[in-house]
Amino acid sequence: MSAILGQIGQIFLVVALAPLITGWVRLVKSRLQGRIGASPLQPYRDIYRLLQKEAVVAHSASWVFRTAPYVTFAAVWLAAAVIPTFTTNLFLAPAADLIALVALLGVARFWTALAGMDVGTAFGGLGASREMMIASLAEPAMLMVSFSLSLISGTTSPAQIIAFILGGGVGIEVSMGLSLAALIMVAIAENGRIPIDNPATHLELTMVHEAMVLEYSGRHLALMEGAGMVRLTLFMALIGGIFAPWGIAVPGANAVGVVVGLAAFLAKCFVLATGLAVFETMIAKMRVFRYAAFLGGALLLGLLATVFLYVSEAV
Amino acid sequence: MMGNVTLLEFLSAGQPVVDHRPFPRFRLDGRAWRAMIEQMAAAEWSVMALWGEPDEVHVALRDEETGDIAVASHPCPEHRFHSLARARPSAIRLERAVHDLWGLAPLGAEDRRPWLDHGRWPQRHPLAAHPLPPAEQPHVYDFLAAEGHGLHQIPVGPVHAGIIEPGHFRFHAQGETVVRLEERLGYVHKGVAGLLAGKTIDQAARIVGRISGDATVSYALAFARAVEAATGCEVPPRAHWLRALMAELERIANHIFDMGAICNDAAFAIMLSHMGVLRERILRANDTMFGHRLLMDCVRPGGIVRDLGPEGLHLLPLLLRTLRKDFNRAVTLYNETPSLLDRTTGTGIVTASLAHRFGAGGVVGRASGRAHDCRRSPGYPPYDDLDMAVIEALDGDVNARVEVRIAEVRASLLLISQMLADLPKGPVSVALPQVAGEGMAVAESFRGEVVVWVRIGEGGVVERCHAHDPSWFQWPLLEAAIEGNIVADFPLCNKSFNCSYSGHDQ
Repeated sequence: MSAILGQIGQIFLVVALAPLITGWVRLVKSRLQGRIGASPLQPYRDIYRLLQKEAVVAHSASWVFRTAPYVTFAAVWLAAAVIPTFTTNLFLAPAADLIALVALLGVARFWTALAGMDVGTAFGGLGASREMMIASLAEPAMLMVSFSLSLISGTTSPAQIIAFILGGGVGIEVSMGLSLAALIMVAIAENGRIPIDNPATHLELTMVHEAMVLEYSGRHLALMEGAGMVRLTLFMALIGGIFAPWGIAVPGANAVGVVVGLAAFLAKCFVLATGLAVFETMIAKMRVFRYAAFLGGALLLGLLATVFLYVSEAV
Repeated sequence: MMGNVTLLEFLSAGQPVVDHRPFPRFRLDGRAWRAMIEQMAAAEWSVMALWGEPDEVHVALRDEETGDIAVASHPCPEHRFHSLARARPSAIRLERAVHDLWGLAPLGAEDRRPWLDHGRWPQRHPLAAHPLPPAEQPHVYDFLAAEGHGLHQIPVGPVHAGIIEPGHFRFHAQGETVVRLEERLGYVHKGVAGLLAGKTIDQAARIVGRISGDATVSYALAFARAVEAATGCEVPPRAHWLRALMAELERIANHIFDMGAICNDAAFAIMLSHMGVLRERILRANDTMFGHRLLMDCVRPGGIVRDLGPEGLHLLPLLLRTLRKDFNRAVTLYNETPSLLDRTTGTGIVTASLAHRFGAGGVVGRASGRAHDCRRSPGYPPYDDLDMAVIEALDGDVNARVEVRIAEVRASLLLISQMLADLPKGPVSVALPQVAGEGMAVAESFRGEVVVWVRIGEGGVVERCHAHDPSWFQWPLLEAAIEGNIVADFPLCNKSFNCSYSGHDQ
């Protein structure tokens, strides 16, 4: 399969699959709480419904507010398009690296926060300030993880890291374990999951991400929600791809390889999504001022992962 | 007149009002009223309720040392009375409401802003002898200011994202830290006092039972006992016991659901699911035993509507066993989830001195060391014959309020077991004598004490009735509890109080 075909498949796969993963997380959480829960297909219906609706825009909103959903969605989508999901044979793979990924997610967050403040409501500002606090803590941790991964594999391109790991370049390494833990913590923060943020809350005062998008409606809201779902898929692809790369299709794979790659990706997503739901059920949300401790922990783990590389080399 | 004078000694200087039962009522002239306010600064008398009539203002007081309750009435034909607010801050909002409703102005009160009246009523002072025409435009409410570098306001409500009652909260925050919270309530004012005047006792009982729907048994109980006191009606013992049974079932159902809701606000949704299931079991049992899931209109003046049949006697022990088992599991889950305890411990502290100054009852008071439960006071059948302790905690934080609820659920389960063992036999209601009189009663709801005062006229018609919700003395404490906490912890604090909007605004 050519890199271009793989890339096109990837672009549509992440968007097509994202609502299902979110729906699955919600379903598992409902079941764990003893509720029947909505079908995992419900997010597709929600997005369809929102797209049919009129987008109401506040009088005080500027062009930033109207533009932000498109920029946010585009940035997240682009980021998700370059992270290998079912194949590493991607046309854009050479251009993509983990630093660029952090930057793209930063762009999305920057615009969402701007939009949150643009309308001038108290909640938007509150959410934006919290989001920026989380970002200032999560981004260094994410970069630290990128550094240790690139030090191990000698590249910052996710596709090449995966190829390196698949090639048996890494054994069981302490640094990999630490990076995994750090990445999971960053992923929880980036996606606004419990214990950092509660995506299902109705309490305006406790919201982070939801507070910023509180004023959105119709297609704007659909894009914002969609961006959130794609972001969750992106992190699952990243974690599943780098730390459990098995089954992913490599360049030169035949049709069977691609199908296996797809199945492996689906399986990884559902394992991770189920794990997320179980974790979220078992834990309460933390105080706002504890974010620093949580994400500081992630940063520290990332740092340790890097340090251990040098230590083990020296030994 | 200073020194250790008791409430009854002090008030007996006034003119006693005949036919006010079971607590005495005294009419005080202007001088005696002012002397009472002076005395309150030194004495341990707490305000239980404060309400008006077109030309008179009443305050129900409890002597915390002797436990005596009495009503002081002050005729004010000039529609002015001296404010109690300096001696008792808990009276501030009550006096503002008295001014809004009856047009009686508190003299010397610092806070003259309207409280329940938002300038949207069809007339001003609707309960006064001569109501005034409506305000030309809705009031612009003057929120208390907070000034300083980097302070910002967060207005929340009255319409919220969740399906809860309406109330406005104005936060002044510095970053995430709350500098000041001010509440604005009154959005669900229903004119209950006006509605009740002139109704038959049965009609009034239905209305009072709906003032705050989650505490319907307690309201109905307080009203029934006030009417029975006014008319001198003796209720058969079995009715007392079954009323208490209903009150305890209501308490358990509300406490466990509150506990679930508190945890849900810390994003620990599974507790709400567990508690929702438990509450549903109680509601279904209520329906089977007494014919209404929330026990609405099951208590009425003269007794109760429906006796507990053999079916109920069979069902209750089973219900108790399930509740005990599942509730213990939920408590274990609460105590073994450190992320949850981290949220509840040390959050939203109400100091003991504040709880005492405001005379806050219920879970809020008892979690801050004010161990008052009117079920323990004399003349509250059948608790005189039952073994119960008043639960108390000292920390005053959200966790303490959860712990008090847990202990109270367990205590209530024990009470129900005792009631089942010793339930007296006999009729469950008597006919109400058609006589005039005044009565007052107190009932301990899951929130605290509900006070109902009623005047029955000739022919069994309710001339006037006032129902006081315990939330009046808890809402102001919420403002104090959140100070210095972070904005995001407000829902948690608020839920741990769970004050009634409807009961307060009535």
